[in-house]
Amino acid sequence: MKLALVQNKPRKGDVESNVRALGDAFAQLAEDPPDLIVAPEAALTGYFLEGAVYEHALEAGALAERLGNLWRARAGARAVDLAIGFYENAEGAYYNAALYLEIDACGQRIAHVHRKMFLPTYGVFDEERFLSRGRRLCAFPTRFGKLAMLVCEDAWHALVPTVAALKGARMLLIPSASPGRGLDGINGELTSIERWRELLRGYAIEHGVFVVYASLAGFEGGKGMTGSSCAIDPSGNVLVAAPALGAHLVRVDLDLGDIDIARARLPLLGDLRAVLPDLLLDDELPLPSLRAFEGERS
Amino acid sequence: MISAPPRRAPSLAIDVEVAARWLEAFLHDELVERRGIGRAVLGLSGGVDSALVAYLAARALGPQNVHAFRLPYATSNPQSLADAQLVIDALGISARTIEIGGAVDGYLQFEPDADSRRRGNVMARTRMLVLFDQSQKLGALPLGTGNKTERLLGYFTWHADDAPPLNPLGDLYKTQVWALARHLGVPATIVEKAPSADLEANQTDEGDLGIAYALADEILALMLTGYRDPQIVARGYREADVAIVRRRLDGTHWKRHLPTTAMLSNTAINEFYLRPVDY
Repeated sequence: MKLALVQNKPRKGDVESNVRALGDAFAQLAEDPPDLIVAPEAALTGYFLEGAVYEHALEAGALAERLGNLWRARAGARAVDLAIGFYENAEGAYYNAALYLEIDACGQRIAHVHRKMFLPTYGVFDEERFLSRGRRLCAFPTRFGKLAMLVCEDAWHALVPTVAALKGARMLLIPSASPGRGLDGINGELTSIERWRELLRGYAIEHGVFVVYASLAGFEGGKGMTGSSCAIDPSGNVLVAAPALGAHLVRVDLDLGDIDIARARLPLLGDLRAVLPDLLLDDELPLPSLRAFEGERS
Repeated sequence: MISAPPRRAPSLAIDVEVAARWLEAFLHDELVERRGIGRAVLGLSGGVDSALVAYLAARALGPQNVHAFRLPYATSNPQSLADAQLVIDALGISARTIEIGGAVDGYLQFEPDADSRRRGNVMARTRMLVLFDQSQKLGALPLGTGNKTERLLGYFTWHADDAPPLNPLGDLYKTQVWALARHLGVPATIVEKAPSADLEANQTDEGDLGIAYALADEILALMLTGYRDPQIVARGYREADVAIVRRRLDGTHWKRHLPTTAMLSNTAINEFYLRPVDY
């Protein structure tokens, strides 16, 4: 499977120009067309929009059509899947979302829209002031098997990738926009970049999944987005990684057979499936509705 | 037995190479890519903050695009001019010296009783007036040079030192500025001399503040991380030092904001009508 990551530096609130730049990236990728392209969170607008989010939020169907036409115009008729983060207007409800699109010569199909569940609203972050929470995490079928999309903070809660893997996801796609911070100098990068890398490698190893992380770059009002887009195999190897700074197109070929091999060597996900009911059906957990399942346990 | 060493304050040590790389990218992105402006102006005082900004700007924009201004007043220490010249020579940036005495005294002649604080503020605001005018003339953007410590202690002239639209140092404590300046090769005489606003003869920052920067930085780092004063004292800091920092920090929140505007509608700017600075 040929994977491409788009690490871009969008012009704030300038959807037209950012779509054009994405088209340029498509044209560049067309020389050796990928099977799947993953682009960052808020890739067509920039991340920090505050009240302007309502002016630039897009309807998923219209965005899908536009991106399908863009691919065909700039890259040709070959089929491609595309995952991209965007601000969604769903009939007046606004979400930080990620769209998964299957594009071919005849048209495009929305395979899934994931709405970010964990909206950071602390410190520099202000998402829930402007946006609604997503309520569902899905592992959805694609031609590459089941995938799940997590947007940025969704992936900072270990439970979310765990649930995605339990639902059958064999690859986690993580569009992100992460304002960098921390000068402790771990491995010669900002602390927050290293934190991301640790988390992502941990999920890949624990669940035997590919982890694909596409992140914005460039400064937004003094806040430097940390790029560092990467693909990690199910054994935790970082197959490819972009630098933190600057716009980059990243290419890597994935062998999806690595998943079964990794899971045979380290069957933690299988172990979790077996033990999960005992973990969750515990009176000390704040999960009252699960008590309904208690009868099924025996 | 292995014991962890006691840790009094959050570490202020920084990876200077990472800091330099990110600040260089910040200047390039914000100036060239976002604003389409390839030139910068800054006031070069002879102190470490403005010297460091000159070094960062020269890296980000090229020395030919950095325009430094020495803006002395009659009471300025001549050594400040000489130290600024070291930076100009080392970087090969363009430089000009404009005496601000005429402008400052043109006003202050009507205010003969102005004390040193008022006189210092007039000088600081005059310097900013010159920098903004020169930025217009040169098609450049003024760069700020205030560090996090002086911003937190309110040790600056409002709408003067803090006025430039871009500031690369505003999230670095003074001790971190020193570390980064050493790393980038700012002349040792500049890094090692006692910091001074140089608004009056024999003035030093630490004399004005009543506390050493290194100590203030540690206490500030604890306060900003959420530690209350008794917890900080319990970590071995003197109550008097904690009080100095607390008084300055809590007494100057207003200086770190735009002017307070009466809100009368549900479209009040920055209250309801919210747009990011780079929008």
